[in-house]
Amino acid sequence: MAWREMTLTGWGRVHQARSRAARPERLSELQRALKGAEGTVAGVGAGRSYGDVGLNGGGSALLTTRLDRFLSFDEATGELVAEPGVTWRDLLDTFLPRGYLAPVTPGTAFATLGGGVANDVHGKNQETAGSLGDHVNWLDILTASGEVVRASRDQNADMFRATVGGIGLTGIVTGISLTMARVPGNTALVHSRRLPDLDSTLAALMEPRPGQPYTVAWVDALAGGRELGRGILEAAGPADGFVPEKQAKSLAMPLDLPGFVLGKAGVRAFNALYWRRVSAAGSEARVPWRKFLYPLDAILHWNRMYGRQGFHQFQCVVPHAGGPYAIRRLLEAFGRAGRGSFLAVLKAMGRPGPGDLSFAMPGLTLAVDIPNRPGVEELLRELEHITLDAGGRVYLAKDSALTPDAFRAMYPDLPRFRETLRRWDPEGRFETDLARRLRIREGA
Amino acid sequence: MGRAPGAREAMRAATEGTWVILGASSPVARAFAREAGCGADLVLCGRDLDDLGRTAADLRVRRGRRVDVVPFDALDEASHKALAAHLEAMPAPLSVFLAFGSMPEQAEMDADPALAVKTIQANYGGAVSILQHLAPILERHGTGTVVALGSVAGDRGRLKNYVYGSAKAGLHAYLQGYRARMFRKGVKVLTVKPGFLDTGMTWSAGPLPMAMAPDAFAKAVMKAVRGKAEVVYVPWPWRWIMTIIRSVPEALFKKTNI
Repeated sequence: MAWREMTLTGWGRVHQARSRAARPERLSELQRALKGAEGTVAGVGAGRSYGDVGLNGGGSALLTTRLDRFLSFDEATGELVAEPGVTWRDLLDTFLPRGYLAPVTPGTAFATLGGGVANDVHGKNQETAGSLGDHVNWLDILTASGEVVRASRDQNADMFRATVGGIGLTGIVTGISLTMARVPGNTALVHSRRLPDLDSTLAALMEPRPGQPYTVAWVDALAGGRELGRGILEAAGPADGFVPEKQAKSLAMPLDLPGFVLGKAGVRAFNALYWRRVSAAGSEARVPWRKFLYPLDAILHWNRMYGRQGFHQFQCVVPHAGGPYAIRRLLEAFGRAGRGSFLAVLKAMGRPGPGDLSFAMPGLTLAVDIPNRPGVEELLRELEHITLDAGGRVYLAKDSALTPDAFRAMYPDLPRFRETLRRWDPEGRFETDLARRLRIREGA
Repeated sequence: MGRAPGAREAMRAATEGTWVILGASSPVARAFAREAGCGADLVLCGRDLDDLGRTAADLRVRRGRRVDVVPFDALDEASHKALAAHLEAMPAPLSVFLAFGSMPEQAEMDADPALAVKTIQANYGGAVSILQHLAPILERHGTGTVVALGSVAGDRGRLKNYVYGSAKAGLHAYLQGYRARMFRKGVKVLTVKPGFLDTGMTWSAGPLPMAMAPDAFAKAVMKAVRGKAEVVYVPWPWRWIMTIIRSVPEALFKKTNI
C-alpha cells in the first residue's frame, strides 16, 4: 500500500494536520491500509467539513475518494447501494435524469456519502425528510478488527446508531444502502419572498407548506435594531418535467481575497443588495435542482474568499421552545462583534437524527461564516453559551472551537456512544483531531 | 481492404459493439470503462474478481449495458485463450483497452533477477500474447480500435526504471508492427503514452507536476480514439518533454539520476 506524508486542511482553512495518508483504489487495499496504518486512523472523504472533524494530525488518514462505485440500484424501490467515495454530484448526474433525487443532501454536492453518513448531514428539507441517516437502510463498516460488519436498525443496531453521525470513530464505511426519492422533473419550483425582521422570518419558516418540503431563510447577520433578522425566505418543491439544464461552467476563486474585501462595510453593502434582490411581493421561479441545492458549488474553492487566515462556520440548533429568543441573542452577538459574514442561514428542523451523536433535533438551526480574525474565539465562546443556555447543540461537521464540557452537555447520548466504541474499538484505533479536542473517547 | 480506418469508422467502433478492458481494476481502466460504456457492452478482465464484480455493478447501474467479468492473468496464457473464446460471442465490433501492468521498484529488481524477468513477462510478454490471441477476431470484424497503454518510461531507459521501461519500449515497437497488420483490415491501433497520472502508482511520490486524474485521462484517451493520431502522449505536454529527454546525448544521460 502506498503512503504519502501530507497536510490535510478543513474546508474553513483554520485547521490543518500533517498525516500519513493512503488513498486505496479497491476494498482489499483499504483493508490492507488499515492493517498497515501506523498509530491512529481516520477515514477522510472530500475534505468538505469545515473544522477538524476530518483531520488526524500525527496519525494516519485513509482517503476514500477513489472508492466511488455504485453497487446496485433498484428502479422499483429506489434503493441504491454505493461505496463511500460517491459524491452527491455523482448521484445528481446519474440519477436525476432518471427521476431520482438524493432524499437528503448537504449544501455542497462535492461531499462524499461516507462523510455524509459520518456527520449525519441534513439539507433544506430536514423538517419533513429528516437527516441522511433516516434514509439509510444499512451500512457496511470496516471496523478496528479489520472485518467488515453490516449494521442496520435490526442488525448490530448499536453500531448503526454509533456510525450514523459518529464522525468516523467506529470505522470506515465501505457500503451504504440508501433509498433515493422520486421526483417528477429536474427542477424545483422556488418561491422567494423578502421579510423585514426576525419575527416575520421565523413566522414564515414555521408556516405549514404542503408541496414545498425545502425551506431556507437567508438572514442578514449584520442588520441590527428593527432590521435584525431581516431576510429572504426560499420555499421549494419538485416541479414537473425535464428541461435542458445549461451546463454552467464553474468559476473558480483564483486566489485568496485580501481582507478588506470582506470588511464590515463591504459585507454590509452586499447583504443589503442581496436582500433587495427579491421583491417585497415575492417571486416564483423554476430552478434546476443543482442550482437550488448547491448555489456555492458554482464557485470552486469559494473558501479562498476569506483569505489566508480562513474562517469558521458556526452552526447550532436550538429547540423550538425558547428558540426564537436564542436566535435573536445569537444574531445580536454577531451584530455586536460585527463579524457575521455574508449571510446567515436559518432553517427549521423537524426530526431528531437516528445516531447517538446526530446533530438534528426539532427546532431552529442557524449557520454563519465567521472570518478568522483576532477575537473570534471570544465570539465563538459566547455563541456556545447562548446555544447551551437554550438547550441546543453545535454541529460537529462545522465545529472548530467547542469545549469538551459544552459538548458533553449538548450530546446526551454520549455515554451510549462511548459504550459502543468500547465494544467495537477498545484500543481506540479510530481517532480524529476533533475527537481529541472534545475528549470524546475519554472514558470509552 | 488496405484502407485506413476513417474517423467515422473509429467513431462508430468507439460507441457500439464491445470494449474489452484488460487490467480493469486500475483506476484509469475503471475511468475508461465508464466512458466506453456510454455506447458499448463491456468485458472487464483481470485477477481481482471481487473488485471487478464491483466495477461491473457500477457500470451496469451507470450505463445500463451488459458487463461481463472474465478472469485474466497476463502471466497465464490459458486465460488469454479462454478470453478470446469468450469474446467470440460478444457483439461486434470488438475494441480493446490494454491497461494491465506492474511496476516494482527498480532496486527490488536489481536485487532479484527473477522479478525483473517477471516484470518483462507481465508488461510485455502478456501484452503480446493477448493481442496475438485477439488479432483474428479483430481482423474478422474489420473495424474497431485497440488502445494500449505504453509509457514515457519506454521512450528512454533510465537508471530508476529501466526494466519496466524496456518492457514498454518493446511494447511500443510491437504495436508499430501490429498497427501495420491491423491497418490492412481496418482496425485502428492507438499507442497511448501516459505521463504522470494521479493514481496509486504515483501516490507515494507525492504530488507530481501536471499529474492527471483518471477521469480526465480517460476522456482524453477517448478523444484520441476518435481522432486521427496513432501515438499520443496524455497529458500532451509530455510529447515535448520526451522530445527533450530523448535528445540528451547518452554520454551525458547515463550520469543523470532520473
